[in-house]
Amino acid sequence: MIIGKSAMAGTLESSDAQVTVEPSENGLELEISSSVMNQYGRQIRATVMQTLERLDVQSGKVTVVDKGALDCTLKARVECAVYRSNDIKDALPWGGAIV
Amino acid sequence: MNPNLKRLRRSMMFLNCQKPALIKDPYIYSPDSIMLDLEDAVAEREKDAARYSLFHALREIDYRGVERVVRINGLDTDLWQEDIRCAVAGGCDAIRIPKTETGEDVKRVEAAVQAAEEEFHVEKGRTLIMAALESARGVMNAYEICTSSPLLFGIALSGGDYTKDLQTSISGTGVELMGARQHMIIAARAAGVQCFDTVYTNLNDMEGFRKDVETIHTMGFDGKSIINPRQIPIVHEIYTPKPKDIIFAEKVVREIDTKKAQGIGVFTVDGKMIDIAFYDGAKRTLALAKASGVYKGDL
Repeated sequence: MIIGKSAMAGTLESSDAQVTVEPSENGLELEISSSVMNQYGRQIRATVMQTLERLDVQSGKVTVVDKGALDCTLKARVECAVYRSNDIKDALPWGGAIV
Repeated sequence: MNPNLKRLRRSMMFLNCQKPALIKDPYIYSPDSIMLDLEDAVAEREKDAARYSLFHALREIDYRGVERVVRINGLDTDLWQEDIRCAVAGGCDAIRIPKTETGEDVKRVEAAVQAAEEEFHVEKGRTLIMAALESARGVMNAYEICTSSPLLFGIALSGGDYTKDLQTSISGTGVELMGARQHMIIAARAAGVQCFDTVYTNLNDMEGFRKDVETIHTMGFDGKSIINPRQIPIVHEIYTPKPKDIIFAEKVVREIDTKKAQGIGVFTVDGKMIDIAFYDGAKRTLALAKASGVYKGDL
């Protein structure tokens, strides 16, 4: 899937993450800031990358501002931002690319 | 038959799927059920985001035996069918239909649930349904709704919308809800399904909440919708049979079993006249006591 246009999902509330995706010509660029970066930075990056891979996103700028989100929330926010960037809201691949 | 049709549902707590902090660990408060909300609590522009959160929460969070009900958006929106696909694919235990007015509404949801179970290879009949009645028409059609699907485990009153439809409002006395409550519990019992009361929204009035729960408990309701964890212990306390009731129920069951074998139909237990009509009630008390963890006996 491509990043069709800039889109955002999530909030800056505790236990949440705000994910912004933007189109880019330079492959995949990932920028993460987190209140728990030292402890969980690597895991957050891995979760975001795996989610993008499942969605087959190969290029785009992805910015994550994490506020202590669980893995399941990170995935949900990344997916939401990517699908929003393509204006897709229905007939989603639950249990497929979204898993 | 799905064994969860009759499970214990004293407290059913609403949680907003838009808020990750709310849905990550509600099991710590030990409600019997949580109702993960995609409807009224979720802002219109966040309906899509709430679904992704719901799906992953259902798949990845261990809710430790707490039943996971999903409140979908109304059948008058273009959201409810995708809500059902998401919830069933995630593995929810039940779907709550808002603003149910007819048995046909339940049948539409039943068909969508069955289609989703097939699409996502979920065991057929695993996903149950409950219907919220939120209008005068819905309440009037309670029995039709209760008997509309073998997947339907119960009905719930939604007092806010219902009183608006009656052109009144929640007074705190319960007078405006009296007719609907009585009608719904009778319809539910006639159909053999469960019945749940509406939320109590004034969190500063815990005494009023307690009285409200005592009222619906006396009326025969199976449980109450909850909006705050502070309300849960009060509901569970009121719904837990008292030691004297458990002892009496045990005596009734044992005496009826014994006297039946002796060909005796009517007798007394602790000075009270008892016959076979008391049997099911006593058995229910013991089952509730067992489920509440206060009875370890063998009946």
